Amino acid sequence: MTGVDQPEASRVILRTDHLGRVADGVAIVNDVSLEVFHGELLGIVGASGSGKSSLLRLLNRLDEPTSGTVYLDGIDYTRIAPRELRRRLGMVTQRPFLFPGTVASNLQFGPQQRGEVLPDETIDSLLRQVGMDGFAARDVANLSGGEQQRVSLARALANQPQMLLLDEPTSALDEDAKLGVEQLIRELATASSRTFILVTHDREQARRICDRVGTMERGHLTHMGTPQEVLRA
Amino acid sequence: MLKSLFHTQVSLGLAQAAIAAILALAVVLLARRRNINLESDTAVALVRGIVQIVIVGSVLALLLKAPRWSSVFLLAGMLFAAGSISARRAKNIPGARRVSTLAIAAGAGSVTAIMTWAGVIDTAITALIPVGSMIIANAMNTNGLALNRFRSEVLAHAGEIETALALGAAPDATVNRYAEASMQASLIPAIDNLRSLGIVWIPGLMTGMLLSGADPLYAAIYQFVVIAMILASSGLTSLLSTLMIRSRAFSPAEQLILKGA
Repeated sequence: MTGVDQPEASRVILRTDHLGRVADGVAIVNDVSLEVFHGELLGIVGASGSGKSSLLRLLNRLDEPTSGTVYLDGIDYTRIAPRELRRRLGMVTQRPFLFPGTVASNLQFGPQQRGEVLPDETIDSLLRQVGMDGFAARDVANLSGGEQQRVSLARALANQPQMLLLDEPTSALDEDAKLGVEQLIRELATASSRTFILVTHDREQARRICDRVGTMERGHLTHMGTPQEVLRA
Repeated sequence: MLKSLFHTQVSLGLAQAAIAAILALAVVLLARRRNINLESDTAVALVRGIVQIVIVGSVLALLLKAPRWSSVFLLAGMLFAAGSISARRAKNIPGARRVSTLAIAAGAGSVTAIMTWAGVIDTAITALIPVGSMIIANAMNTNGLALNRFRSEVLAHAGEIETALALGAAPDATVNRYAEASMQASLIPAIDNLRSLGIVWIPGLMTGMLLSGADPLYAAIYQFVVIAMILASSGLTSLLSTLMIRSRAFSPAEQLILKGA
């Protein structure tokens, strides 16, 4: 399952095996088995309440599955320490939840948890990647919604994750900011060898930027394929 | 007036209690005119209060004849009850009762033990039980306030906490600032009591000492001693409970389990 002999692009980096979660008697994620390939941008599309965000929270173990498990690089993720797992699977949520302070201090947060200090050059480089060059010393309280979301992306990237889990990262933004962040995600996916899973209710967005798309309905993963195959309607 | 009608202390006390209760009920009826309905709660609280305190008085009457060491058991019983009562302020936090009992036992227990050892609190049951119970009751209130505030802070900041967890932070580190704020808030009443001592209020213990003929200056100083002991025990209780409760908000897999209903 580690796939060392496989070409990178066809290497399975993450696999869910009959993954499920029941909360308050309701199956919010139901028997989901999927494979995520190295370097792809996988979209999970579904209506509100379909279980797509709940699925994402199971992937970095913010919630505990009640059935099935997840394999990361072929290793059952219950055998990986939660902090290490979450460092490897970065997450960006709908609301950025930036910590009070400067943009730089937000980027420092993840590495600091491991006793590391992010050099200024790395901070500048990360901010350049997300189109926020020169914002390091800015107070996050003075940023627009789109800028905050870009900082949130840079903060997740500062942990050098293998994969980024994006939970509706543009749904709280206006149209211009949304298209900007969307384009940024596509550029990051193309420029790096990182893998992305994007959860969105916006089918058009998934069609525009995702390599593959899965749809969710009532906790089930119903279809999986290229955007053209899955999002025909 | 009452003294001429009632000739024993118990009958006089009951008559005084009845007048105080009537006064409280009159206020409740006044509130009702403004559509504030407190009748049932107040009536139950009044009945419960008089029954409980009469039972305690009866137990104390029995204990006066008991050996001094027996007060340890009574104080231990109070500690367990205090732990259970204040744990109710930490709804949905697993192990809150254990945390509360341990924190109150360590905070109130250690201060009471040290001060008794130093001779500040007399070992006589009539001294140790009332002073010890005051220390325990205040530690209980402080603990309840701390846990309640911690719970509210965590519920209000679940997004920030989970964001920090998702960035690889240790669970305790994600709630440290909320635990500190909870401890600070929980100690406001104890600090304000000390600050306003003698200016805004003359506490019951001092009043009792004055009524029983103690030197007013000694009664005043001893009251300060008691309030300072209360602050010490409340501070230690709050410090320990906010330290211990942090990890209880998370599962062994470092997931935030304290969430809104």
